[in-house]
Amino acid sequence: MIGLIHYLVVSAILFTMGCVGIFLNRKNLIVILMAIELILLSVNLNLVAFSAALGDLVGQVFAMFVLTVAAGEAAIGLAILVIYYRGRGTIATDDVNRMKG
Amino acid sequence: MDYATNLALTLPEVVLGIGGVLLMMVSAWGGPGSTRAVSWTAVAVLGGAVIALLGPAGGGGEAFDGLYRADAFSTFAKVLIYVATAVSILIAPDFFRRTAGDDLRPEYPVLMLFSALGMGMMVSAVDLLTLYVGLEMQSLAAYVLASFVRRDLRSAEAGLKYFVLGSLASGILLYGVSLVYGFTGTTMFDGIAAAYAADAAEPARSLGLVFGLVFVFAGLAFKIAAVPFHMWTPDVYQGAPTPVTAFFASAPKVAAMALAVRVAVEAMGPVTDQWRQIVIFAALASIILGAVGAIGQSNVKRLLAYSSINNVGFALIGLAAGTAEGVAGVLTYMAIYIAMTLGSFLVVLQMRDVNGIQVESIASLSGMSRTRPALAAAMAMFMFSLAGIPPLFGFYAKFAVFDAAVAAGLFPLAAIGVAASVIGAYYYLRIVKTMYFDEPAPAFHKGDEGALQGGLIAVAAVVISPLGYLAIPFLGAWSMAAARALF
Repeated sequence: MIGLIHYLVVSAILFTMGCVGIFLNRKNLIVILMAIELILLSVNLNLVAFSAALGDLVGQVFAMFVLTVAAGEAAIGLAILVIYYRGRGTIATDDVNRMKG
Repeated sequence: MDYATNLALTLPEVVLGIGGVLLMMVSAWGGPGSTRAVSWTAVAVLGGAVIALLGPAGGGGEAFDGLYRADAFSTFAKVLIYVATAVSILIAPDFFRRTAGDDLRPEYPVLMLFSALGMGMMVSAVDLLTLYVGLEMQSLAAYVLASFVRRDLRSAEAGLKYFVLGSLASGILLYGVSLVYGFTGTTMFDGIAAAYAADAAEPARSLGLVFGLVFVFAGLAFKIAAVPFHMWTPDVYQGAPTPVTAFFASAPKVAAMALAVRVAVEAMGPVTDQWRQIVIFAALASIILGAVGAIGQSNVKRLLAYSSINNVGFALIGLAAGTAEGVAGVLTYMAIYIAMTLGSFLVVLQMRDVNGIQVESIASLSGMSRTRPALAAAMAMFMFSLAGIPPLFGFYAKFAVFDAAVAAGLFPLAAIGVAASVIGAYYYLRIVKTMYFDEPAPAFHKGDEGALQGGLIAVAAVVISPLGYLAIPFLGAWSMAAARALF
């Protein structure tokens, strides 16, 4: 029987992978966008699992809002990435260093 | 409650929403030629939103089944937010005409309006869902604004960094929200407060609630740029176009701070002793790191970014008190802070070399007292005020938060805060020294400010001058009424 705790553990693992993916990734900015999506999906999993366990619909409605906003966020992220690539000709994470101090 | 009453309570958001959508249509059809008209109309829409606060939207209670609340607290924050947004719209056309090579596109004021709409929702949120939607609405518009000068690599990089770290902050905040929802069973602030109070009475605390609290505060600390979640601030402030930086340092800061105060007091009030440790650490770390980090900077926008980190630390001292006086202190601090910081950025906008090109290095300020004496005097006032030196009004802001901390018995916090503010005075005074005692820079633009920007600088200078003390009875009573709405 799969209970609430299993969902929470999977979600915590996904969340950790997302955070680690942002900070340890040295190759590619697209990977960072994927890591952000991973974090938002772990939150959705949490919300839906809690919603089912509590018998309360608010969590599922919240998950719908998160999905919608995540779509908008990905669109804006990719758009910024495109203008960045046009200027620099690279999307390697290590090259994002025009400003220092 | 019928729909008309709900809409009357949310009238500022309705005005901003409809105004924003209509202006987006105008800018889509009108193209770059419509920028001036769209900008002034956007300022008028913001004025309309302020006027709408005079009605039931200024304190009429809850709308949409407890998702949204209009009270004295949200009104205070909204007035500050709308004024700061209007100033950020007004200062943009001149800047873009001089730097970007092409005129400002009309999307700029429209995005500002949508950002202001999101910020209004943030400060009125009494439900985690409204909180999230408002926060994202503000952030998504801000990411685009940061990378607004598409041909400038620094602007694109600033937008990219802001986007990645802002999204990470939203993700962390959301994870905390999901835990709070799961362990309290509700997303409404009063229900969450009841669950935290019940949990605090139990002998064994629920670990899920503690984790939820920590994640929510970490996400909010990102948004107000408090240490240890401040690292994006200097890069984003330096890379973004200067009018956008002025905006980032003022309106979203007020909104995120008001949101943090409301979450801390209304949703998590019963566990004040738990979040107070987090807030005290963030306050002291921000004050010290903001002051020390600014010392070695040579770019004035980067320096002001560290200054904003430093100032957020002082505002958090008021929140750490956890009392109505403390919250009133935070609101007073933010009101005076936006006058000081907008004034400083208005002066930065005037920094141009002989060819009229914008410059940003601190060294180019040298000898400004001889080339532009009035401007140098205004900048010196802003710097002295940010350092909290009496008789300027910035002193009263610091006094209000330290007074509240001492009244709440937080003597060590107040003592360390006062001591650390001395470090901050060093780099503010360095700018004054550069302007008044260094040899004049070889070439500095001698032109005048123009009526609009000169007028705005003069207004900001009068607000933070000793004349500001005349406003204390009014400001004190208003911020106290706003703070009482939360307790």
